[in-house]
Order: sequence, then structure tokens, then C-alpha cells
Amino acid sequence: MEENNIIIYCEIDEVEGRAVVADVSLELLTKGRQLANRLGVKLTAVAIGRNLEGISQQVMPYGVDILYLADDSRLFPYSTLPHAAILCGLFKQIKPQICLMGATCIGRDLGPRVSSAYRSGLTADCTELEIGDHTDVKSGRTYTDLLYQIRPAFGGNIVATIVNPDHRPQMATVREGVMRKEILDNGYKGEIVKLDVDALVNDNDFVVEILSREIQRSSVNLKGAQIVVAGGYGMGSRENFNLLFDLAKTLGAEVGASRAAIDAGFADADRQIGQTGVTVRPKLYIACGISGQIQHVSGMKESAMIISINNDPNAPINNIADYSIIGNAEDIIPKFINYYKKHSK
Amino acid sequence: MNFNIVVLIKQVPDTRNVGKDAMKEDGTVNRAVLPAIINPEDLNALELALSIKDNHPTTKITVLTMGLPKATEVLREALFRGADEAILLTDRRLGGADTLATSYPLAQAIRKIGSFDLIVAGRQAIDGDTAQVGPQVAEKLGLPQVTYAEEILNLDEKSIKVARRLSNGIETVKAPLPCVLTVNGSANDCRPRNAYRLQKYKFAACPSESELLPEGARRLLESREWLNIKEWNADTIEADPEQIGLVGSPTKVKAVESISFTAKECLVLDEDCQIETLVENLIKNHTIG
Repeated sequence: MEENNIIIYCEIDEVEGRAVVADVSLELLTKGRQLANRLGVKLTAVAIGRNLEGISQQVMPYGVDILYLADDSRLFPYSTLPHAAILCGLFKQIKPQICLMGATCIGRDLGPRVSSAYRSGLTADCTELEIGDHTDVKSGRTYTDLLYQIRPAFGGNIVATIVNPDHRPQMATVREGVMRKEILDNGYKGEIVKLDVDALVNDNDFVVEILSREIQRSSVNLKGAQIVVAGGYGMGSRENFNLLFDLAKTLGAEVGASRAAIDAGFADADRQIGQTGVTVRPKLYIACGISGQIQHVSGMKESAMIISINNDPNAPINNIADYSIIGNAEDIIPKFINYYKKHSK
Repeated sequence: MNFNIVVLIKQVPDTRNVGKDAMKEDGTVNRAVLPAIINPEDLNALELALSIKDNHPTTKITVLTMGLPKATEVLREALFRGADEAILLTDRRLGGADTLATSYPLAQAIRKIGSFDLIVAGRQAIDGDTAQVGPQVAEKLGLPQVTYAEEILNLDEKSIKVARRLSNGIETVKAPLPCVLTVNGSANDCRPRNAYRLQKYKFAACPSESELLPEGARRLLESREWLNIKEWNADTIEADPEQIGLVGSPTKVKAVESISFTAKECLVLDEDCQIETLVENLIKNHTIG
């Protein structure tokens, strides 16, 4: 087996009975392809689930050189132990230097389990991944071509670069939307390797039974929205958040929220924008009652235009806003809606 | 039925309410002014354990934390709310640990506790948001893990049925005991301090603290066994020195920088007519509409 490559764990969802690779995994394939080119190694991917015939068509265009498939009816829905056993078994065979996975419910459950089994270290929620050198201050030893795992820390107020000099694979998780997916070549041809599932798992890996699942496809599509109307703690209440929905409906926008607003119960968690939520890049971002803590800003600063509505003229959000409307969001939003209705016809 | 439950808790700076005075002039965080609290989701974990004890009163709840002696504060808080026993794992050699070098000594301490049916922890701590320690402790102990637990639906001597809160719904699973649960913030909030327990455990202290206490308080500790919070170090838990602290951490911090965004030109609008013009222009250039 080929060693020292990059591997992406592809998260599998089922849509109408068809196995589909999650967006976050495709985003990581694009990033993985760049890193593989930089290092001069192969990009590999692993999919673990059932009915995986269609997976290669979905991932190959992103430049996958080798796709490992663990296809078995017991492997969907995701469960920690069998997926961890397969990933660990595969690591043993192919000794990857880097393993990336989505910082999703699945990746955040699987990543630490595998990193512990491998004593390999894992950096959560990276916002940038680069290749570079590192000299250990104590030993003076220099390492070349390490993975720089860059992530905000301490409420987003600092950015830390983490390296993993001595252990392999270097593991990192990345939130959905942080990297951009990009098809490399629709005709890209990689190799497919089918794994012997029975050799990698045993009965003990199935002691946790999934009894039922009530999965709703989220109706919130922040990543795809051209306009985002977001509210922060300054909105004051869940009721006031309804104003944001009114504005969003008028403009054809999606509603987002800062972490503080979600912690306060003003909005549901699937609307969170920021370091520990979704990253968005809409053409217009309207921030209402959002102070602009870095935790939030890191998830929306690449918006093409930012309008802030805030009663504090010194709020940090104004440092990155194109327009700052000073006033209470409860007063300004209805005006905004009226002006829109007046001029849009 | 009686269960032995270990609850893992952590003392964290309260990063949720970073006020203006919490930032120093150079833009870095002034940790000294942030209050130290029990990590919020660890309180959900404690409540989950306490709810088991409500139904099975002979259940024993042991809270375990790793940190500086100051972290005894969160152990006392857990005693006030209903925990039966508290253990502080503290040692300079454990400092500077990443998540792996944190889970290993916690797992060793749990091994030393010996009998346990359930290990419960918060999903993640607000100072790091990594959500790694729970699953890593499970792996180190060779136990199954159930993450994002929201509610216990059934519990018997051999197994536990749990509702898990996922980003897109709810999953119900059944896991054999013993196992590790990490508890979501959407689970029940923790009950407040109990007035009787507050009186009973007010003077509870670990040995590192009691050294600094006045003589009278020390004598109180000697005569009342329940006030003595256990304090363990790396030797007590027979930790492999290669797997703890900075040395035992595979991940190293290469560089840290404070972020400051360069301010771009921002047009301040505070008159209604300006807002109207903005909306009009946005429609004209097809940003909206």
C-alpha cells in the first residue's frame, strides 16, 4: 500500500436512499488537493457506509488519486466504534501523514477517538491549513513540511498555529464552509480500493445500537444565501428576532445569529455564524445588534458588503462594516423594510 | 439498583461575557478579570448524574477535575449541588497538556477510582471548544462513547438508552455499561445549590488549600472526614511521564498572535434620509431586490 499521503474522511449522508458525500468533505478534498500538490504526494479519500457505488463519481472530480471504500450495510448510519476501527485499521496499512475531517457531529465524535488510539494529536476547528517548517525551541531540531493547523483560540481573540512534529497522521477538523470546494477536473481518474470490512471490524464494535433516528433536513441554508440578515445579543429577545425574519423575507435573505444570541436562546443553533458555526460569504451582510467579537467576525468578514445596525457607534463591528447605521435595530429594521417597499417598485 | 458515576468537570474562564474591561489596551484578553466558573456543559452533565441518583438514591457520584489547586472551587460547587465525593488531580507535571495529555491522566484517575458504571462529561469546554476529551477518555478506557447526550430514556444494570442531539435531529441509542457519555448544553439545566449541603461542605478543602488555612479550620477538617477533598498527583494515578504535560502532548503551539482587523472606511448613517438613500442605492445596483 502507498504510504505518507493525505487522507480525507468523507462523511456520508443518505438522500432518498442514495449515498451522498457531505459538502464539508468536498471542501476538504479541494484543500487536500492543494496540500498534496505542495507536498508532492497523493490525495486519498475514505468513505465508510453502505451502497457506496456512486461515491467515486462524486469525489474523483476533486482530484482524488485513491479512494478507499468500506461498503457494508452495518456501517450506516454512522456509529463511532466501527468507523473508528476501520479508520485505525486503514491508517495502519497506509500510514498517512495528514488526515482531515469535517468538524461536524460525526467528525467531532470520530476524530478524538482515532487520535487517542493513535496518540497522534488533533486540532479542532482549523480555519487555515498550510505547509511549513518548524524548529523546536528546546531541542533545536528542525522539521520540514509540517501541517500548520491554524485556529482561533480563547473566544477568537487570538489565532494559534499548532504543529504536530513527531506523530502521524497530523489530524485536523475544519468547520463547514471555511474552505471552498472547487472541481478540479470532471474527467479526473483515480484508483478505487475496496476494503475488507470483516477484517477491520469485530462484533464488539457494534455494541452500541442505534434504535431510532429522527433526522430533519435543515431548512436553513446560510452558506448558499446571497443576503444574510444576522442578529446578535443586542436584539434583546427571541421576539425581536422576528423582525429579522420580516426583513429577511422582504429581501429574500436568510437569517443568521451570533453565538451570544444563540446562547441566550434568541435563535436556533443551526443559524450560528462564526468560528464555531458556519462561515458565510454573501454579497450583503446586515448585522443587527452584533457587537462584532472576533468569534463572529471570522465567520462573515469576507462578505462583499457589510451593513451594521447598532446603537453603539464604537462597536468593533464598525471596523469592518461598509455602512454603520446608528440606532436600535427594533426601530431601524421596520424603516429599512418600508424604504425597500417604497423604492423596489 | 445503585450506580457508580464519575462526572468530569473543568474550571474555565467565563469567555461568554467578555466585557469591555476584559480586553487589554493591546487587544489581548485580560484573563485576570474573567470570572472562573464550572464549564457550563459540565453542569448539564452533573445534572444528568444527579437525576439518576434521584431515581436510585444509593448511587454514588464522584466528581473529578484536573487543574490548579484553585480548581477545588468547582469541586465544592459540585458538592453543594449534590455530588458525593470530589477528587482534584493536580500536579505541575500535568501542566501545559493538550487534549490527549489531559485525557490520559483523567483515564488513569478513573481507573484508580476503580468501580464505575458511567462516566459523564460536558460535551466541550468553552475555553477551547474542542469536544475531544470525552471521546479520548472513552478510548483510553476501552469503553463505548455516546456523545451529545440530551436525555436518559432508560437505565438498567446492563445498559443505558440515550437520546442524542445531533445538528440535524435526534438519534436514540442503546449502549452497554460501563460507557462514557458527553452531555449537550440542550440537556436539563443543573439544579441550584442545596442550602443544607452548602452548610455541610462550606469548609471542604483539598490538602493544598488546607495548608494555608488557620489552625481552627484545619482541626475542623481533621474531625470531619467528609470535608477532605481528595488530592491526587501524577504518582497517585501511576501516570507514564511520557504521556502527560507538555512532553506528552503531540500538538505544540508554534505561534500565537492577537488578531486586530484593520479598520476600513465606514460610512456612519444616523439620519433617516441617509438610510433611505442607502436602500435606494442598494436596489439600484441590484445588491437587493
